[in-house]
Parts: sequence; structure tokens; C-alpha cells
Amino acid sequence: MRRFLAATMLLLVAALPVRAIQPDEVLPDPAQEARARMLGKELRCLVCQNQSIDDSEADLARDLRILVRQRIEAGDSDADVLRYVHARYGDFVLLRPPVNPSTWLLWFGPFVLLAGGAAGLWLQAHRRRAPAAAPLGPDERARLDALLHEGDS
Amino acid sequence: MRRLLYIVPLAIFAIVASYFLAGLGRDPQRLPSALLDKPAPEFALPPLPGRASSGETGLRTADLAVGRPMLVNVFASWCTPCRVEHPVLARLAEEGVAIQGIAYKDKPGAALAFLRELGDPYTRVGLDLDGRAGIEWGVYGVPETFVIDGKGVIRYRYPGPLTPDEIDNVIRPLLRKLAG
Repeated sequence: MRRFLAATMLLLVAALPVRAIQPDEVLPDPAQEARARMLGKELRCLVCQNQSIDDSEADLARDLRILVRQRIEAGDSDADVLRYVHARYGDFVLLRPPVNPSTWLLWFGPFVLLAGGAAGLWLQAHRRRAPAAAPLGPDERARLDALLHEGDS
Repeated sequence: MRRLLYIVPLAIFAIVASYFLAGLGRDPQRLPSALLDKPAPEFALPPLPGRASSGETGLRTADLAVGRPMLVNVFASWCTPCRVEHPVLARLAEEGVAIQGIAYKDKPGAALAFLRELGDPYTRVGLDLDGRAGIEWGVYGVPETFVIDGKGVIRYRYPGPLTPDEIDNVIRPLLRKLAG
């Protein structure tokens, strides 16, 4: 049992995300390095376009990681660093795209669809009122009684 | 009235499908340059030691605003598509198009060997050892080619190796237009 637990823990640890940050890139000041990692998660590697620069092993990702750290050491704020990279590479380098008219569909589309779907469901629920049947006439009621009591006694 | 409601899902499908259809022909790797219609970035690169022209001074921003349009081509000896693209550049240079080169993250000796082997279409070449100038240009792969107008403003960026089609359909007409 203990071996099983140990093996499971090992597997879980191995499944944790591994960053591509090399030891020679790490800044000596831990606070700055923490900022650099946080910013690195916000920037897309343009070579492996589904990864952040922290995760990607591409050369360009390493260059951008080093650039981010240099800007931090030079005294840039977080917003400054992002703006610096964004000025050179455009919207796509930001993993969180800016909110402007050209990205409204991207940001708000899912909520609009959700609202539309919810509205559709609500409308359907309220419209599903069965059409009121006309009340039964006397001879129809007699027929109904006869049918219901068929086979009694 | 109820019938019209049935058209809504169909309409949504048609709209979404048309977007996807239009996207089929596009390459998601090709990113628009963030520097379009902006002046070329500030940079100053040393020359490749050993290149033939005397007084070779490398490549810097001021070299790009000389009153006539030109191309800036980012290349490297370790880049295979650059080898494929090179004859195309040679032909353009023969036609009189000015092409400046940026040797991106390359060893000077290797870059020189590359040019000696495949030909040297460049007017000037700047050596970007650490890739920093490349970052200023928003380079995300090699090769990349920029079209610069007479005032040093970036007008077009083509990522990837230039093809004869791209040259005929886009580059040459644009150069002609910029030459006025």
C-alpha cells in the first residue's frame, strides 16, 4: 500500500507543469523574479503559439524572458513591460487580449450566447402551455362516464 | 410566426460557418506586424566583418530613410527556409531592388559563408548577434522580409520565405507604388 501511495504521489508530481525557465535567467532578487514569472505567464510564445513564454522552449521565448527581466531590472512597472512587448508584437502576444471593439466578440461572445440560450429556454418553458381543451358537452360527458365505468361490476 | 423561429439556428450556423470557411484559406502562423505604417524601429547593427564593400558600416535606422523604397530581409545561416528563399532575393537585387540584410542570431563566420555560397544580394548587412534588433522589429521567425518606403516607414511584413508568387502579387506592385 505504501509503495502504491508513493508511486501515485510521484506520478502526480511529474504531472505538474514544468516551466522552461533556465537557471541562468533567474534574477537574483526573488521579488523581481516573481514579477518576471507572473509577466511571463501573460505573454504568448509566438513560435509555439499555445504556450506562454514561461512554458515554451523556443529561442524566442527565452529571448523574451530575458527581455522581461531586463526591463524589470531597469525599473519598468508590470504594465510598462507588457506595453513594451505589445508595442513590438501586437495583440497576439498577450495571452489576455485587450478589450477593444475588435475583441468584443471574443470576450463577450460566450456570455451573449449563454444569455441567448437561457432566454430561449425561458421562452420555451412559458410557451409550453397546453391549449385549453373546450369543456365537455353533456352527451360527451355521458360517453366519458360510460367508457370509464366499462367493466365495472 | 413560429416558423420563422426555426430559421434562427440555421442563420447562426450559416454565419459561423462562413467565418470558418473564410479562415480555411488563412495561415494562423502568419501574424500581422504591430509596426505596420510606423517608422522603422531604432537600431544600430555592426557590419559583418569581412564583407567585400569597403567602408561597410553595418545597418541602422537612418539607412532606411533614403528617399526610395527598399526591402529589409532577416536571415540566418542556420535557417533552412532562408537557403530556399535566397535565389529569389538574388533575382530581386538584379532587378535593382535595394535589399538590406539583418543576420539574426548568427555567427559572423557562418553568415559570411552563407553569403559566399548562395550569393550576396544585400546592399548593407547588419549583424544582430543577440537577436535584440529582431525583437525591436517584432521578428518571430526567420526569414522575414519588410517593405520600407522612402521615408523609412514599414509598409508590409512577410513572415516566412519569399515565394515568386508573393513577389509578383504583392512585393513588386507595392514597391512600384511606393516609388511613386
